[in-house]
Amino acid sequence: MEVTTATETNQATWDGGKNKPLGASYGKLMMWFFILSDALTFSAFLGGYGLTRFKYIESWPIADEVFTHVPFLHGVNAPMYYVAFMTFILILSSVTMVLAVDAGHQMKKDKVTIYMLFTIIGGLIFLSSQAWEWKTFIKGEYGAIQLKDGKIIQFVDKTGHQIALDKFAIHSNRERVQLNRAKGLWFMSGSKLPPFSVNEVIEGFKSHPEITIRTEQLNLDTKQKIIIPRDKAMFFLKRAKAVVKGANLKVNEYGKTTFADFFFFITGFHGFHVFTGITINIIIFFNVILGTYERRGSYEMVEKVGLYWHFVDLVWVFVFTFFYLI
Amino acid sequence: MTHTQEYTSHTKLIWKVFIILSVITGVEVFLGIDKPDFLYLTKFLGTNLLNLIFIILTLVKAYYIVWFFMHMANEKKSLRRAVVWTAFFLIAYLTALLLIEGEYIHNVLGPLTKWNY
Repeated sequence: MEVTTATETNQATWDGGKNKPLGASYGKLMMWFFILSDALTFSAFLGGYGLTRFKYIESWPIADEVFTHVPFLHGVNAPMYYVAFMTFILILSSVTMVLAVDAGHQMKKDKVTIYMLFTIIGGLIFLSSQAWEWKTFIKGEYGAIQLKDGKIIQFVDKTGHQIALDKFAIHSNRERVQLNRAKGLWFMSGSKLPPFSVNEVIEGFKSHPEITIRTEQLNLDTKQKIIIPRDKAMFFLKRAKAVVKGANLKVNEYGKTTFADFFFFITGFHGFHVFTGITINIIIFFNVILGTYERRGSYEMVEKVGLYWHFVDLVWVFVFTFFYLI
Repeated sequence: MTHTQEYTSHTKLIWKVFIILSVITGVEVFLGIDKPDFLYLTKFLGTNLLNLIFIILTLVKAYYIVWFFMHMANEKKSLRRAVVWTAFFLIAYLTALLLIEGEYIHNVLGPLTKWNY
């Protein structure tokens, strides 16, 4: 067996010596090392999501009712189709990446270039889809009422389908004023005013006998939100605190605020990985065009960023399952 | 690398894996939208059969990505085990603890949550 000593100052020393028990280069091993640690980070996030979900097993929002939008198809109820499209794009960009690696092994510079370009475009499509998904989620769809203890009350019509606040709320002529720095102290500012005040919603509710409310609570046998009969609804609405439209880190019209927090955190962290991946891919793309790897005699660098890019895809496969499907 | 001449292209295999992954995703999306009652409204191993199907399909997808896209199939056994076993056992352990704890918190706090007004 060879022994690498510090006095040996040839190239092999810097590559970790000639003795390679794992049969992989230093760079590739370190990439695997990083991927493993990153995988554990993501599993901690998704595990935390699982813990919170079990904690609120009887009141967690139903993902199918939250992510129902597709761009350019406004008002169409199409759960999951768009996320499925995003998943497909990411898998496709993974394929072009692995094709680039394959072409790199054969030292075909032109093919590596074009496949890297496709990979970058796929990543950009995914990232912009993610941004659109965030925008839709933040904007919200129906609007809801938040009670004093933080619970969310949603409005449903006779058929049990959710109904938007502007379908029934009555506009009063009172003016509401947004609190800002000019009206208070320099550190004071109110959150953006919701479209209606609590009173307008309650007045509207009273004048529409066909609508009623539902709580966050799930019927665990049918896995549907429990609808409160109309004659009991006013007991809930008497405790109304605020009108909620959309979702952010503090309130969430779809239900539990933690659901929104986890959504922003996990998809955001994954989106950040995609962003990093695209950036690295672009750097490598230009290196390929400049012929850096051609001169080096090996396209191993493409393989290493490929590993990272596939890992991003791998994480999305799990996020897709645990956030949107389950 | 040094064996440039003898390297055989895997293009066919890559497209085959792509088709497998797409089909699995398609099945997942179909089941996720349809949610058939005989799978969705069941209770099994702390969840329902539909969720278990999703988890198994996801692991199959993960296998194809790691083995064929990340070329784990061509790595030495020692590297493969160092990565896959470490990840698998640590994550399984972590998830088991977190989910058990989550259910415990629910059992303690659930009855204290008020749903009537």
